Amino acid sequence: MEQYVVLNKNDFDDFIDILAKLQKLVAPVKRGEKNYAFDEVTSSSEIALKYIPTILPPKKYFLPQNETLVEYNKKQNKREGTLYSEPLTIFGVHTCDLAGIQCLNIVFSDRPMDANYNLRKKKILVIGLECNEYCDEYASCALMHNQYPNGGYDLFFTELENKFIIHVNTLSGEELIKKMGMIKPASEEDMKGLEQLRIKKRKIFKPEIDISYSNLHPLFEKSFNNDVWNDIGNRCLSCTNCTNVCPTCYCYDMGYDTDLDMNSGSLIRKWDSCQSRPFATVAGGESFRPERAARQRHRYMRKFNYAFDKYNRYFCTGCGRCSRTCMAKINLKETINTLIKTVKAEK
Amino acid sequence: MERAVLLKSPYLTYEGKILSAKMIGKEEKYFKIVLKGGRLLDFEPGQFLMVAIPGVGEAPVSISSSPSQVGYFELVVRKVGTLTSAMHKLEEGDQVGIRGPMGVGFPIQILEGSDLLFVAGGLGIIPLRSLINYAIDNRRDFGKVSILLGCKTPENLLFNDELDTWGKRLDVNFSCIVDRAAPDWKGNVGLITSLIPGVNLDSERTFAIVVGPPIMYKFVIAELLKKKIPESQIYVSLERHMKCGIGYCGHCQMGGIYCCKNGPVFQYSKIKNNIEAF
Repeated sequence: MEQYVVLNKNDFDDFIDILAKLQKLVAPVKRGEKNYAFDEVTSSSEIALKYIPTILPPKKYFLPQNETLVEYNKKQNKREGTLYSEPLTIFGVHTCDLAGIQCLNIVFSDRPMDANYNLRKKKILVIGLECNEYCDEYASCALMHNQYPNGGYDLFFTELENKFIIHVNTLSGEELIKKMGMIKPASEEDMKGLEQLRIKKRKIFKPEIDISYSNLHPLFEKSFNNDVWNDIGNRCLSCTNCTNVCPTCYCYDMGYDTDLDMNSGSLIRKWDSCQSRPFATVAGGESFRPERAARQRHRYMRKFNYAFDKYNRYFCTGCGRCSRTCMAKINLKETINTLIKTVKAEK
Repeated sequence: MERAVLLKSPYLTYEGKILSAKMIGKEEKYFKIVLKGGRLLDFEPGQFLMVAIPGVGEAPVSISSSPSQVGYFELVVRKVGTLTSAMHKLEEGDQVGIRGPMGVGFPIQILEGSDLLFVAGGLGIIPLRSLINYAIDNRRDFGKVSILLGCKTPENLLFNDELDTWGKRLDVNFSCIVDRAAPDWKGNVGLITSLIPGVNLDSERTFAIVVGPPIMYKFVIAELLKKKIPESQIYVSLERHMKCGIGYCGHCQMGGIYCCKNGPVFQYSKIKNNIEAF
């Protein structure tokens, strides 16, 4: 029971004040109508406690859009593997995005070890926040089993009327709690309240598509030659929005950034996207995924087929960002529904 | 932001020193390189390196020499992109960054004792040369060695001195064919596929190793299968766009596998059903 503690909402302002003073704090902030982003905050008034998935997922803190990997100096004949990082607390991460961070952690736990990712990760404290209500029609978190917390956080907040129930999941989380005088142990009544919320959520969060979690993988295995890819390919603008906003897309480009003295500079890693044609084009001009249909299929297969083979989990968290952001209205739920109908019909 | 220096990073390069550099084709330059500090490059035939020129870029380059030639390694690059153009400006004594060796090479242990049929198209001879010379340097360890080489014109042939040696050796069957040639060309003219039916081979004990441009595989493999070489005894080396070289960045992905890490050498039977491989 001591894993659960309670923070009264009256004390939330103080909690955030202390949190922001300990180290850099980022949280969801409102940017516009149905528009949120993770950004630095110093007080609770800036935080949007009720928000739909942010424009970019918190992956930007784990795998920055631009990152120095190596610094060199020709005259000094020097090359150094370099990491720029800072202690950071991310507050208010929804369960879909916690799942996304877990996916990235799995990818980068491979060998040879990517020191930049793994060392930066250690400096980040993750505080989750439960969705009590359903965000919008784009999400499919219930289908992807991500509507409830499933690890990947140091602390996890659930809002209950006038208080937050906090699950303490790690030693780092426990140490943080110890610094907060206003936090009390959770009572039996608090735990009942949490249980009731989760029961209530079962009625709100229902699988968005009529297919079981385990049947998604075989569905995609059978879908390589499906017409849906041509349909999507014809609409796709190759704008790469879908991959940029995806919490589990991690493909990157590497290139040199040279200082004006032409002597020193750095090797930079930048986000890249399989949706752009140059992505799979070699220097001689041969493109290995020239059609948009093939590129869209590749994106879906990476989420529902290849990742399942390799990591025994889907790399779709159900956050709905790809569908929400698509200018051509390519919709993940529609795509899966079409596959279900057409793959069945093929049998 | 705090800056930390990483003791180990897969993106750090070793320093390579160019021992000699020369043009060996119209657009192909040859480099003989040693790693500084006496470091040896411990590689398998078929593996590749990421070659880096700070300020310019990085690109994957096949190792062309055999690991049986100790103390140095050889690269041959055609001038096609940013990095290779910059490499063409490098001369003896210049430095170049090296990461690797990367990927999975040809399965020497599996090939030992068997007959080898090499099929090289165009620049495919560059990586294949590593295994051919390995087999020649360890000639007793292999059965019959046959080499089929195809390229556009006689002027596009690389390693002419070596080709002559291969042609003269009694323990190597070497055939060459060009797409088109001037009337004074005494050799074969046609596609590389036309050489395969005439090869005298024992399909059960023959391993075919095929490296060439993407378009070539489908046709060459069809001919090899006609000769009853089992799919599991055909090996290919594939080319893809690569950035990290260590299985993360995604550029070289073909279906669910990464060309840089799971390949570039693949057993045909294992990837024939990969929709993005050929």
